[in-house]
Amino acid sequence: MFGAGGGTSSYREIEEAEVVLLWGSNARDAHPIFFHHLLKGLDNGARMYAVDPRRSSSAKFADVWLGLEVGSDIALANAVGREIIAAGLHDRDFIERSSTGFENYRAHVDPYTLEEAERLTGVPAHAIGEMAHAYASAETAQILWTLGITEHHNAVENVLSLCNLALLTGHVGKWGSGLVPLRGQNNVQGGGDMGALPNKFPGFQDIDDPEAQAKFQSAYGVPLNDMPGLHLTLMFEAMGQGTIKGLYVIGENPADSEADVERARKLLKGLDLLVVQDIFMTRTAEMADVVLPASVGWAECEGTVTSSERRVQRVRAAVPPPGECRHDHEILGELARRLGVNWGDPSPQDLWDELRSLSPMHAGMSYERLEEAGGLQWPCLDLEHPGSPFLHGWLYEEDLGGRQPAPFSITNYEGPKEQLTEEFPLRLTTGRALDSYNTGVQSNAFSSPIRYGDEIDMNPDDANRLGIGDGERVLVSSPRGSVEMGVRIQADLPQGLTFTTFHFPELVDTNMLTNDEWDPRSGTAEFKAASVRIEKIAGAGFDADG
Amino acid sequence: MTDPKATVSLTIDGRRVHVPAGTSIHKACEAANIDTPTLCWAENLTPVNVCRVCVVEVEGSRALVPSCARAVEEDMIVETDSERVRHSRKMVLEFLGSGVDLSQADELAEWVDHYGADLDRYDQPGLPAQRMNEKPKIQDDLYIRDYDKCVLCYKCVEACGDDAQHTYAIAVSGRGFDARISTEFDVTLPDSACVYCGNCIGVCPTGAIQFKTEFDMREAGEWRPEDQSVTTTVCSFCGVGCNLELHTQDDRIVKVTSPTDHSVTQGHLCIKGRFGWTYVQPPKRR
Repeated sequence: MFGAGGGTSSYREIEEAEVVLLWGSNARDAHPIFFHHLLKGLDNGARMYAVDPRRSSSAKFADVWLGLEVGSDIALANAVGREIIAAGLHDRDFIERSSTGFENYRAHVDPYTLEEAERLTGVPAHAIGEMAHAYASAETAQILWTLGITEHHNAVENVLSLCNLALLTGHVGKWGSGLVPLRGQNNVQGGGDMGALPNKFPGFQDIDDPEAQAKFQSAYGVPLNDMPGLHLTLMFEAMGQGTIKGLYVIGENPADSEADVERARKLLKGLDLLVVQDIFMTRTAEMADVVLPASVGWAECEGTVTSSERRVQRVRAAVPPPGECRHDHEILGELARRLGVNWGDPSPQDLWDELRSLSPMHAGMSYERLEEAGGLQWPCLDLEHPGSPFLHGWLYEEDLGGRQPAPFSITNYEGPKEQLTEEFPLRLTTGRALDSYNTGVQSNAFSSPIRYGDEIDMNPDDANRLGIGDGERVLVSSPRGSVEMGVRIQADLPQGLTFTTFHFPELVDTNMLTNDEWDPRSGTAEFKAASVRIEKIAGAGFDADG
Repeated sequence: MTDPKATVSLTIDGRRVHVPAGTSIHKACEAANIDTPTLCWAENLTPVNVCRVCVVEVEGSRALVPSCARAVEEDMIVETDSERVRHSRKMVLEFLGSGVDLSQADELAEWVDHYGADLDRYDQPGLPAQRMNEKPKIQDDLYIRDYDKCVLCYKCVEACGDDAQHTYAIAVSGRGFDARISTEFDVTLPDSACVYCGNCIGVCPTGAIQFKTEFDMREAGEWRPEDQSVTTTVCSFCGVGCNLELHTQDDRIVKVTSPTDHSVTQGHLCIKGRFGWTYVQPPKRR
C-alpha cells in the first residue's frame, strides 16, 4: 500500500503507544519476546484491544476482547472506519495531504454500521464503537497482526482493510504509531528482502522494471528472465496441470505443511524429479529422489537474517555441521559448477557485500556496522545512515517527499470460503502453541513439560451436546478427510469454534482437514477457516469398559 | 519526574562525577570506573535492594545506603571504599555464605577474595550454621532448583513477574529462615503456572536455578567453563529476532542465554529460544 513490504515500527515504539489493536495475533504464545515489549506498553498505561475468535492467552491481557466470527475481519474493520468518520474523529489534514480515494472509501463503508457489524461479526456494537473511538482519539496507536489476518482466501483485502484505518487517523509514519505484521520465522522478512519472491529482485525491486533489470544483468553478467515466477501455491497448481515436473525444495516441508495435505502429497509423488535440501529427513525429504544434507542456518552458518522490525542481524556459526552436511550457499555453488557455471567460492560476507551493491535499502549495512550496532533497520542507504526505526515518515511531510499519496482501498466482507453446513457444522481454526513450531521437526526434539500434543479444543457446551468428555478420542472430519484426535475442553473457546495446532503431523495430520482455497494475490491458503464435524468413536466406550 | 536532561554533580571517593539526574549511585560509580559488587541487582530488572552487598557510605546519612536503588543528588558525597563500607560488604558476604552454598556464585567469588570474606566463619565445629540441606528439585528435563544455593535475592520472582514475563508462577513464601521461593502451594513446576521461559535461570546469580544440561554435566564432572566459548546469533523459532548466546563445549551447545544489553530481548527469552536448540546436535542429526 505504501510501497514496501515490512512492518512500519520498532518494538520499542509499542512501549510508548497509547492504544494497541492486536488483530488476529496470539503474540503471547507465537512471539513471546515481542509481547514483552507490548507488556511494557500496558504497564505504561496503554489500552489494548484483542481481536481474535479465541480468547487467547494474549487476549487475556487486553482491556477488551472482541471475539469475532472467523473470517469476518473486513466487516469489523469497515465498521470501525465508518464509526470514526461518523464521529468526526478522522484526521482531515492527514487524509487531505497524504491519501487519495477518501470519498469512495467513506461511501463504501457507509453500510457497515455498528449494528450491521454486530450481525456479521458477532461482536457487540458498543465494543466495536469503543475500539473505534479509542484508536482514533489516541496520539499514538498501532495495529499488529499475524496469520489470523493473512491465512484467509482474501488475505490481502484483510490487510488493506486495516491499512485504511491507519490512513484515516494518521496512525502511520510517526513514532509510536504503525502497522506491524509479526513474522513467523526468523527470516521471512529477510527472504522477501533478498528477492525470494516471484516478481522481485533483492530490495523489493521489480523484475519488469527496465532500470533494475539493466542493473542486475550488468552485475551478474547474464541476461535475466523478466517473466514473474510462481509462488508456492501456484507451483502446486502447475504440478497439478503437469507444467511443473521437477521441484527443488530448500528448508520447507510441504508434505506436512500444505493445506489439504493429501492433495499436496499426491502432487509431490507425481513429479519426475524431487530434490530436497534440508537439515532433517522430513516427510518431504523421504519422498525425494535426491536429498542434499544442509547445515543449520542460525547455529552452523555465517550470514544475516531480518526481523519483524526490519532489523538485519548477524547469525554466526557456533558448532560445525555434522557428517556430510554443507552450507546452503556451498551446495548451490557446487550445483552451479556441475551445471557448467563457476561462481567461485564466495564467503557469506562476499555475498552480502554484493547484495549491498545492488539493493539500495541495504547499502549502508556493512558486517562491521551490523556487529557494532546490534543490527540495523532498513532502509539504511549508506555507511553514515543510522537505519530507520519507523517507515513512511514522508506521509507527514508537506510535499510527501515527492511521492504519490497513499490510496484508500475498497474491501468487501465475504466471510470464509467454506461455509458451515449441517454435515460440517463446526468451525475449525488452527494456530501455534507456545512451546512448538510449525510441523514440529525442530521443536519436537526437546522435551517440553507444557506440551499437550495432538488435541482439539472445544467449547464445553458443544462437547456436552455431543456427549464428549475431556480427553476423549474423537473423529474429526472436514470435506477433505478425517483424523482421530483427543479433545481438550476449553471454556475460553466460543460455542461453534474448535481449535488445534499442526505441530505433530506424525500423530495427527491436521492439514488433512484444512482448506486449500487460497488468496489469488498472496497465494496464502485459508488455514484459519475449515468446517468440520466431530463424532464419538464407535466402540471407544467398549474399550474403556474392558 | 526529574527532568531527563538535567545533570547532577556529586563526589565519589573524592572525585567529581557528572551524571544525568535519576541515575543510581551504582551507575554513577560505573561511570567513574569504580566497580561495585552486586547480587540482587541486574541490568534488566527493577532494583529490589534486598542483598546489601552494594552498600556505600553517603555523607549525612546515618545508615549505609544500597547504591543500586538510591538515586544521586546534587553535591552528594559518596565513599565506596571506606573502612565501614569494606567491613559491611565483607560481613554481608559472610552472612550469605553462612547459610547458603555460594560455590557457583561466580560473580561474587572475586569480591569474596577482595574483601577477604571467610564464608565458613559462622560454620564452626560444634556450632554448625543452619542450612536447608535439601536435594535439588528435578521435575522435568529443562531445569532444576537447588534451594541450598538460593540467597533469596528475588531476581527470579521479578523476571517471572512484573519485570519481564508477567507469568507470576513463583513468589516468596514463608517467613524468616523458612522463607523460600515457591510455586503456588508448592506444586511441582509442570503443575504450576510456569511456561518454562527460563528467564529465572537467566537472572539467577548463584546457580540455584540451573539448566538441566549444566546440572547433569556438573554432576558428571564434565562442566568445564574454561573450555567453553560463547557465540551470539539469532533464534530461528519466530520473526522477532531474539539474540541468543550459544555456550558451547567440545563443539556441542550446552546452554543458551541472551545479552541483557540488546534492544530486542533485554536478556529474556521464551521456552523455544532457551531450550529449543537440542535438534541441532546428534542424536537427532548425524
